[in-house]
Amino acid sequence: MFGLEKKDATLLVIVAILTLFAPFLLNPFPSESAMAQFNAGYPDLMQRFVIFGIFAIGFNILFGLTGYLSFGHAAFLGVGSYSAVWMFKLLSMNVIPAIVLSIVVAGLFSLLIGFISLRRSGIYFSILTLAFAQMSFNLAYSVLTPITNGETGLQLTLNDPRVLGQSATADGSIPVTSLFGLEMRSTYELVMGPWTFQFNAGYYLCAIIMVLAFYLSIRIFRSPFGLMLRAIKSNQTRMSYTGLNPKPYTLAAFVISGMYAGLAGGLMASMDPLAGAERMQWTASGEVVLMTILGGAGTLIGPVLGAGFIKYFENIFSKINDTVLHSWFSFMPDGLENLVVMLVHPFIGKGWHLTLGLMFMMVVIFLPGGLVEGGQRIRRLFRRKDDTPAAKTEPAE
Amino acid sequence: MDAIILQILNGLDKGSAYALIALGLTLIFGTLGVVNFAHGALFMIGAFCAVTLSKILSLSYVILDETQTDFLGKPLKVKVPYAESWFGPEIGAAIIDWSVPLAILFSIPVMLVIGFIMERGLIKHFYKRPHADQILVTFGLAIVMQEIIKYFYGANPIPTPAPDVFTGSFDFGVLLGFDPNVIIYPYWRLVYFGFSAIIIGAVFSFLRFTTFGMVVRAGMADRETVGLLGIDIDKRFTLMFGIAAAVAGLAGVMYAPINSPNYHMGMDFLVLSFVVVVVGGMGSLPGAVLAGFLLGTLESFASMNEVKSIFPGIDQIIIYVVAILILLTRPRGLMGRKGVMED
Repeated sequence: MFGLEKKDATLLVIVAILTLFAPFLLNPFPSESAMAQFNAGYPDLMQRFVIFGIFAIGFNILFGLTGYLSFGHAAFLGVGSYSAVWMFKLLSMNVIPAIVLSIVVAGLFSLLIGFISLRRSGIYFSILTLAFAQMSFNLAYSVLTPITNGETGLQLTLNDPRVLGQSATADGSIPVTSLFGLEMRSTYELVMGPWTFQFNAGYYLCAIIMVLAFYLSIRIFRSPFGLMLRAIKSNQTRMSYTGLNPKPYTLAAFVISGMYAGLAGGLMASMDPLAGAERMQWTASGEVVLMTILGGAGTLIGPVLGAGFIKYFENIFSKINDTVLHSWFSFMPDGLENLVVMLVHPFIGKGWHLTLGLMFMMVVIFLPGGLVEGGQRIRRLFRRKDDTPAAKTEPAE
Repeated sequence: MDAIILQILNGLDKGSAYALIALGLTLIFGTLGVVNFAHGALFMIGAFCAVTLSKILSLSYVILDETQTDFLGKPLKVKVPYAESWFGPEIGAAIIDWSVPLAILFSIPVMLVIGFIMERGLIKHFYKRPHADQILVTFGLAIVMQEIIKYFYGANPIPTPAPDVFTGSFDFGVLLGFDPNVIIYPYWRLVYFGFSAIIIGAVFSFLRFTTFGMVVRAGMADRETVGLLGIDIDKRFTLMFGIAAAVAGLAGVMYAPINSPNYHMGMDFLVLSFVVVVVGGMGSLPGAVLAGFLLGTLESFASMNEVKSIFPGIDQIIIYVVAILILLTRPRGLMGRKGVMED
């Protein structure tokens, strides 16, 4: 199906079904119940899931396949956001030209940065990309204020020309982003008994694009080009001894992942038309690294899992507070209850980053393959011994 | 001319901080071959050692002072620091006033212990793993450290003043024959510069003139051979990690009065210190120091109005531009050895 092997096609179908039914799946608790705070089925969060999913899928094409660890990918996301917002300001509120422009601009920008950074490898590459990203952040924050609107961030105003659209709606407000008239923020609410499900146009646009992006990444993984990228990761020297020049392949992977980041940035701006410099900061680049590693670098589904995992728990953990904890542990004797709440307290609410950092360290130390490897290990436990696959073949050094 | 001298002076204190952090980074990389992304966090913890000590020293209890009354005529509640009641008011006040310099003594053991725990507990297991894994795990550690500090001290910067003696500025221009008040320079920054010069000198002479340092240098050149000679090089490298952590911590302690410490100051310095290390040459100690001062000075030159009017915004990016140029034209850095990490 679609030129994929059976296994990959199944994976694609599973991902497609999961994303399409996400408004149901992420809303398992009735909206009035105490557990409703664990629902994640509202548009804003679901959009973030898939947008960061796209970002991580793209990052994985570079890091997972070639092993080049870029610490500056947020710069491309930021550039994508800025160009999308400019498109909304100048052309029209239709999201298609905005997304196309953000991909193109991010692609060109990553071509430039990749061309320079890829002259070095290993840690030097990481530091070069870090330097470039931090430089773009500083520029966007200060000098390029006419383009980026500096600290405030780029926003739509009533005075924007919008050549193909209108500067302001009839009632004098800023028009909203749309896809040929379908407003991105329009949401259909389905009430079924105690449950409320929300179907948001913007989410479905992002979800369809993510499924397409996922499909493209499967094709890249399985293509001869993907094989070349893996060759770069496993032994670049040997690859060049066989007469192949690794440079164009790495650069192509870099540009592709930059374009994915630009796409994510463009979508982000399409859902909420503003762009700020903080999206380009290197901690934001660190976040996508976290997502990819946590999910499993070099695997197909890993980055999507990682992005969903981090964004979900970020949302949930930040919501839990001491009152919630007390209600959970109320079955314990009072002294013990207070002790448990006190012990858990640093890790929840504002302490979410602490939990994330610890979790990330654990994954890097014990599970270098991320959640995907964890799943495989668990599955292997339940399998009989005789049908475990033969030990992985390591290339001879 | 006076403006140039002023900018050189201004570059010195930031350059000193860069040089100290980069020195530690290079020590760790040169000895253990580990890229430590948590080094900025160590700098930050050093700064918070100063905060902690000044808080501990100014711990106080409340007494009712019968001689003073508040507006209702009741005796006034006065806070008396324990230090003043134990050592007498004058010595006590002096101790509180000098809490930042005292924190140097306090921070050295703390940082050494943190360094040992970090090396034995975590870094040790990452010698054989790829550099990318080392970067990732230390990046995670940096997040954890900074969140722990945030949990205990909050997100706001905590002002930590220098001793009163050092407030005010030194009129440097008069010394060189310029008009008064043209080149003025805060005393504490002079102290900072002198302090970092001492630390750098101490680290260099430790490596150069002691047997221990000689063994470490030999280990940096060829770890295996030193091991074959029957020397437990691992133990010495662990100690060097502790020393590198202590250097970063000391840089942080003394930096606290210059910029009020907050929990993410380490991350801000980390990126720049890495750039400094790369410019100086990975694994080259003199290179790290030289590049630290060079980039610090360059940064303050770029923030001169005359320069900014020609290249707007150059002060924000000059360091990165220099780093990119150096990496592309001379990948081993200013003073890097040939063949070390040159790919």
